[in-house]
Amino acid sequence: MSVIAPKFRLGYLVKGITDNIFWIIVLLTLIGIPVVQIVLIYIDFPVIDGEIWNPFRVFDAMTHPERALPLVKNFMQTDLFKVVAFPGFGFAALIAATVIFVERKMLAKLQLRIGPFYCGKVEGILQLMADGLKLISKEIIIPAKADKPLFWAVPVLFAATAGAFVALIPVAPGWVVADIDLGLLAVFAVIGFFPIITVLAGWASNSKFPFIGGIRALYQMVSFEIPLILSLLGIVMLTGTLNLSEIVESQVNFPWIIFMPIGAIVFFICILAELERIPFDLPEAESEIVAGWLTELSGMMYGLVQLGSYLKLYAFAALFVVLFLGGWNGPWVYPIEPIAEVITDGIVIMPDALVIKDIPGLPLLPQEMINGTIWFILKTAAVIFFILLPRGVFPRVRIDLLLKIGWYKLIVLAFVNIFIALALVYSGIIGPGGIL
Amino acid sequence: MSNQVHPKDKEILPGLQIEKVDDRIMTLNVGPQHPGSGHMRIILKIDGDYIVHTDPDPGYVHRGEEKMAEYRNYITNIPHLERPVIHDSCNILYPYCLGVEELLGLEVPERAKYLRVIAAELNRCVYIEYWLAIYGIFLGHSTMFMWPMGDRELCIDLLDKMTGARVTHAYFVPGGVRNDIPPNFEDVCLRQINYFEKRLKEYADIFYDNPILISRTKDTGILSREDAIKLGTTGSVLRASGVDFDIRKKEPYDVYEELDFQTNVLKEGDSYARSKIPWLDMFESCRIIRDALKKMPKSGSVRVKLKPKPKGGDTEVYRRVESGRGSLGMHIVSRGLPQPYRLKISVPSFRNLIAMPHLLTGEKLGNMPAVYWSLNYWPVEADR
Repeated sequence: MSVIAPKFRLGYLVKGITDNIFWIIVLLTLIGIPVVQIVLIYIDFPVIDGEIWNPFRVFDAMTHPERALPLVKNFMQTDLFKVVAFPGFGFAALIAATVIFVERKMLAKLQLRIGPFYCGKVEGILQLMADGLKLISKEIIIPAKADKPLFWAVPVLFAATAGAFVALIPVAPGWVVADIDLGLLAVFAVIGFFPIITVLAGWASNSKFPFIGGIRALYQMVSFEIPLILSLLGIVMLTGTLNLSEIVESQVNFPWIIFMPIGAIVFFICILAELERIPFDLPEAESEIVAGWLTELSGMMYGLVQLGSYLKLYAFAALFVVLFLGGWNGPWVYPIEPIAEVITDGIVIMPDALVIKDIPGLPLLPQEMINGTIWFILKTAAVIFFILLPRGVFPRVRIDLLLKIGWYKLIVLAFVNIFIALALVYSGIIGPGGIL
Repeated sequence: MSNQVHPKDKEILPGLQIEKVDDRIMTLNVGPQHPGSGHMRIILKIDGDYIVHTDPDPGYVHRGEEKMAEYRNYITNIPHLERPVIHDSCNILYPYCLGVEELLGLEVPERAKYLRVIAAELNRCVYIEYWLAIYGIFLGHSTMFMWPMGDRELCIDLLDKMTGARVTHAYFVPGGVRNDIPPNFEDVCLRQINYFEKRLKEYADIFYDNPILISRTKDTGILSREDAIKLGTTGSVLRASGVDFDIRKKEPYDVYEELDFQTNVLKEGDSYARSKIPWLDMFESCRIIRDALKKMPKSGSVRVKLKPKPKGGDTEVYRRVESGRGSLGMHIVSRGLPQPYRLKISVPSFRNLIAMPHLLTGEKLGNMPAVYWSLNYWPVEADR
């Protein structure tokens, strides 16, 4: 086997490229087009604008992109798009990736250093991709006496639960994956899964440090779930609903944080504890218990847990926005498009040229939705900033001090918040049938 | 019959005994590969969240410095003797040079004495900043890890200008210092020290006045005045327990008695006081450097000419200095040879380590890093 590189000749390169192009064209025409036709024949096409689509119209739309718009618009209203792309996983993962980058750079600026710099030429924006590639390429090592099925299940369950949490968040009017009447209750149910997963991780890895970390996570999450739920009861009393979209719609005039600042503060501290972020990162306290319940996770298993935790961060920040900051409500920042007008005066040279035609399928997205999404992202970014900030300022608290904060202080404050809400309801100021 | 020892409880080998199995007790090996140990192992036994037994296990970085010193002459001993604490290398060479000078009967030039004080105090700042950075990250405070690491560069930069090396300077030699400072050093040094002191004041805002830090370290690992003396602790640990003991004041060497500074003493004896004393010491170091720059002779020799392979008499000397961690002594036994017959390094780290089981037993596991690193302990130095 000789490994000497052949002598380079331009003619060989051109020949190689043209050969490749030739074979690609041949394979596409002989296999690709028939396959597409067969697939199109077996697909049930939707009825859009009262017209039935067929394979011929699809090929027609390929040659005229503007005729494809109704198809695209139709696709954007399917459940698949909602789950995969916009209010669901893709949107959340994009925000999570941005959060990781912003966190690194912001923390670096706080700490008088540069942060990621080389990867991706511009300020290290591709560092996350490099880290992801590294995690994927690493070997996954499972401890010899670990409970293997449970151990494998932990990262998958964690990411999936975080994804389920994301699915409950309404981003814009009508844009939510699962718009259920008991949305807030579903949120509590999903949050309740996380301590189980952490304890499973600690138990399944059959190692001492993950075990201590898992137990700590259990203590922390259980004791902070109670003030978290109590701090949201005030809003449920005032709005009289558990549906998150209706809670957002009730904040058209004012966000609830004006009337319930105490509840917002309690909820924010509980978010920090639930997310295991500094100052409450005890389950991952490095100097005491290595990496807590994540100690034995390696390679992409660790990557999945990290992905899940950043999805969770986005979901909690979004929940704060939805419940306290008015969700998508906000003044118009997106210019309202003019209604199509027909110009009647003047000399007509080309009859169709001066008419703004009403292209079928435009606008792709309703204007309220775009405006609402912009406000939602801005508010979420602000909340995420305040979640990231303590990492540069605070050390870690001790477990007994943490539990004391949860049980003695936050629960009392949450009850104070409930009494404020009751006073507002019974004095008839706000709430069902109130003045405001 | 009750006095009879059960065969299972009997000690089989010294240090090895069959333990009663107790499901409540969990044994944790903190180290040597653990982000919260140093180059050492701490065997902890925990009952729930409480530490019931502590067994520090140093010795992973033993290098045989004392034996190595017996095969090298008094000058060639210098570069390897600073290895145990490379970030406090001037202070570990200080007692060696003082001892050898006494042995050979050398008179150090006045300018060299001031240069030694400046280098030693700069190096103390470098050491304490490094120690403080690790204390910060042990408590989960990542900004307190980065800030001292960055500010440490100011002192390292000055030492680089003075000695030509960033970390292992080998600057002190018997009979003075290796070389003179570059021209214009005084101005640069004053400017950087002023900025350094301004930065030090900011640590109070982010670290020492932080309510979470105070709640974690106040009243944890309390070492009383009596225990501190009985266990033989030294340096910042001793001074945090209310004992005013600083070798620079009690047994002044070189020109320390002419310089204007004070020792910091706190009475609490808890981790917070132990973490605060080195920080306060850095202000005093800045004061000493400023004063020394003012009083230093502007010109003159910095080093006594030595014969090749100088020989000591048939005597013993013991000299000690105040290092970044406490009193650091060197006992040199000479038998009329060009190399020491025996060199014993008395390190402060090991003295402070002795207090560790006393402090950690009975504490919560979460306090382990806070108490452990507040002991001002450097594992490599303890192992020599």
